[in-house]
Amino acid sequence: MESVIERIKRGNFWQFHGGIHPPEQKFLTCTKPIASAQIPEQLFIPIRQHIGQAGSLIVNVGDKVLKGQALTVSESPMSLPIHAPTSGTVTAIKLMAIPHPSGLSETCIILTPDGEDTWKKRHICPNYQLLNKAQILEKIANAGVAGMGGAGFPTQNKVSTLAKIDYLIINASECEPYITADDLLIQEHSPTILDGIKILDHLLAPKHILIGIEDNKTKAIAALKKATANIDHIEVCTIPTKYPSGGEKQLIKILTGQEVPSGILPSSLGMVMQNVATCFAIADAVINDTPLIKRVVTVSGQALDKPQNVWALIGTPVGFLTAQCGYKNSQSKHLIMGGPMMGFSLPNDQIPVIKTTNCILAPSEIEIASPFSSTSSKELECIRCGQCADVCPAQLLPQELQWSAKAKDQPQLAKLNLFDCIECGACAYVCPSQIPLVHYYRVAKAEIRQQKLLDIKAEKAKVRFEARKQRLEREKIARAEKHKKAADARKARMNAGTSAAKSEKSAVAAALARVKAKKAQSNTKLNSAESSADTSLENTAEQSSLPVEQVDDSKSQVANAIARAKAKKLAKNNLTGSQPINQSSKPIVTQEVAPNSTGKKSKVAAAIAKAKEKAKTKKNSTTNLVAEKSTDNTKQVKITEAATDNKQQSQVSAVSQDETTNQDRKNKIAAAVAKAKAKKLSVTSQQVSKATTSTNDNVADGKLTTEAASTANKKARVAAAVAKAKAKKLAASSDKKQPSE
Amino acid sequence: MSTLIAILVLGIMAALFGALLGFASVQFKVEGDPLAEQLDALLPQTQCGQCGYPGCKPYAEAVANGEAINKCAPGGEDTIKKIADLMGVEVQPLDENHQADNSPKVAFIIEEDCIGCTKCIQACPVDAIIGTTKQMHTIIADECTGCDLCVAPCPVDCIVMIPVATTTQNWQWDLANIPVVQID
Repeated sequence: MESVIERIKRGNFWQFHGGIHPPEQKFLTCTKPIASAQIPEQLFIPIRQHIGQAGSLIVNVGDKVLKGQALTVSESPMSLPIHAPTSGTVTAIKLMAIPHPSGLSETCIILTPDGEDTWKKRHICPNYQLLNKAQILEKIANAGVAGMGGAGFPTQNKVSTLAKIDYLIINASECEPYITADDLLIQEHSPTILDGIKILDHLLAPKHILIGIEDNKTKAIAALKKATANIDHIEVCTIPTKYPSGGEKQLIKILTGQEVPSGILPSSLGMVMQNVATCFAIADAVINDTPLIKRVVTVSGQALDKPQNVWALIGTPVGFLTAQCGYKNSQSKHLIMGGPMMGFSLPNDQIPVIKTTNCILAPSEIEIASPFSSTSSKELECIRCGQCADVCPAQLLPQELQWSAKAKDQPQLAKLNLFDCIECGACAYVCPSQIPLVHYYRVAKAEIRQQKLLDIKAEKAKVRFEARKQRLEREKIARAEKHKKAADARKARMNAGTSAAKSEKSAVAAALARVKAKKAQSNTKLNSAESSADTSLENTAEQSSLPVEQVDDSKSQVANAIARAKAKKLAKNNLTGSQPINQSSKPIVTQEVAPNSTGKKSKVAAAIAKAKEKAKTKKNSTTNLVAEKSTDNTKQVKITEAATDNKQQSQVSAVSQDETTNQDRKNKIAAAVAKAKAKKLSVTSQQVSKATTSTNDNVADGKLTTEAASTANKKARVAAAVAKAKAKKLAASSDKKQPSE
Repeated sequence: MSTLIAILVLGIMAALFGALLGFASVQFKVEGDPLAEQLDALLPQTQCGQCGYPGCKPYAEAVANGEAINKCAPGGEDTIKKIADLMGVEVQPLDENHQADNSPKVAFIIEEDCIGCTKCIQACPVDAIIGTTKQMHTIIADECTGCDLCVAPCPVDCIVMIPVATTTQNWQWDLANIPVVQID
């Protein structure tokens, strides 16, 4: 099988899939020489003009700068410096619209030229062969050279690859209609371009250098062939004209027959591609110590009187260039940066030319309708003709992609390899329904990128949230340990035997004694009150809770307040005649109050006792009643229940009324509490008469009470709530059991 | 006889499969709740607590246990749709109580007003605020989830939520909203 080079020498190239032949329109500019650069009144220099980060500013407003002087310095491998395109004064550094499809603003340096165009001191270096690779790379980086074909990838990163390079491919194909900047550059400056290629040769040491150029640039081909005639390993490859043969992957396919796999850089296949304009910039940077401050821009379109290529200083507003080329502003108000296939419309004419700007298009309304005008073509439904798939150079399925993009189906888009789309616009060009396909892909790509960023951010937030939780946990443990240590230290100090320790000890002992005395007092009162009452299940529970009662005064106050509030609610309920059995939880609260009452609280206890006695007598009757009725049908049972309850209620309320006449408001509350107890008793009696399981439940209730009383303030409340819930459940279950009997 | 054989065979098979399942349930026991983990991965992790749970993971666990799927305000409709897909339930509109503006925001401390009370630091679920007692605090914008939790505790109201600016990096190709200046 013949080698790649043999095939190329025979002029037998490969073909990439698809491609289109749009009207070239290069005749407008390809025969006119490049006009020299004129200096506009102001230059707007965006500090970021390539893919990657911006360098950091090293000039201030008011600084005088010389031509070629650096305005920013690069700090990371993906950032590039920018330079003053001419001498002058920095008049402002502010946010301005940059050449980007979004029309968004970024930091720009506004330079007012002084008209003298004074160069900074340059070090001309004709013998670059004497420099080592690192020095050359540094020169390229410091000159701010970025890929000038359109993407703007920092050149030093591309040429500092460590991979073994077989082919260095120089891209001179310039396949997009209208654009002739590279064509003219080759025609006029092929020796300098050759110098750039030689520098790259020196850096990369490739086996072969292939210059890919489309066959519609006869003059440029001749110039290149002449310049490279006596160099063996450089081949000028005249390839057939087809859009988009200038795409990196497409040109590699045409020249070497190899396909660059998705997500892989050509350098890993032993190939590096550079644009001819970049080669020119490299030669300028390395040999002439001239940073990238000007470039050839094709200013074309039928709205111009004299479309031509011009040398434009970086930062020149496009309005200045179009004016220089005779812009007939009556015809069209639409400007495009880049070519008609991949360019974007500009929001205004003050957008500056940057390192990647190869063309300014001022088409007439007939040529290309403005997307901002109402006359622009309307999108129709996809008719599934499949022409887009035929022309796609990346062998994707544009119509499938379009549907998935509209449906925002990101997994499907990934499956269809959306990110392999080079946005060449061939599909949109051939679409009979005039669907702006590429626009959908761009939106989808932006969304996916954004989603990825959000996912990364979410992951980070999650990690930080978990870390914080752990930190709080650690701190809590540390604090507890500290407190424990402090307590231990105090104990040790007290047991030390010194006089200070003794006095401290005696003080604590006195306090303990006081508390004990108080407790004893309240206990005797409570006991005397309860002795008058029967020892129902309820009371057993209460008594069992008494020995462990360790509630302090403040706690009892809180408990009191809760009891009061509940009692009030209860009283209200009774008034309305509603019958909530779940109020049986009340005794727990009452118990909290009772053991702690001193003085006036004993009255409450007395009231409870009184109520209990009354309730007890009722209890027996209720028991009998329920026992009798339980043999009846369910309806009857319910009625009986209601009846007994009502009876009981009236009696209890009579008691409470007796007390109200005698005592103050507090007693009313006490009565209400007592009422609640009475009710609870009735519930208990029902349960007793029915099933042994309910007795068990009561025991559990008692246990709960014990717990509630012995725990700290907060816990007591929680326990009370739990007990309440349990009591509710109990009541419900007893209700359920009743009908079954 | 054949009936007996059939019963016997099926009985043995049932016993075998039962044993197999029992073995599998012990041997391949999954620790934790995989559904909650999956749900957690869908949530935006702002840890804002707008759902009523102290963070995204607790809400994910609650959803796995039957909580409503439409309480995540920062996630919005997209997240609800994803959760609905995962859970196999109907997509619901965002809970009315949580009809919050879910555009991305980042907190900002007006530093001259800050009194250094550390209240916001304690409120931040992702530790994105630095500062100490009686020293000015500031927010690490990259770590801020825009959850809003630091705004309320601030006694001097010096924290504001700023919408994240659109840059060329996060621009969504919204061509309709480009400020076009007609060229004359």
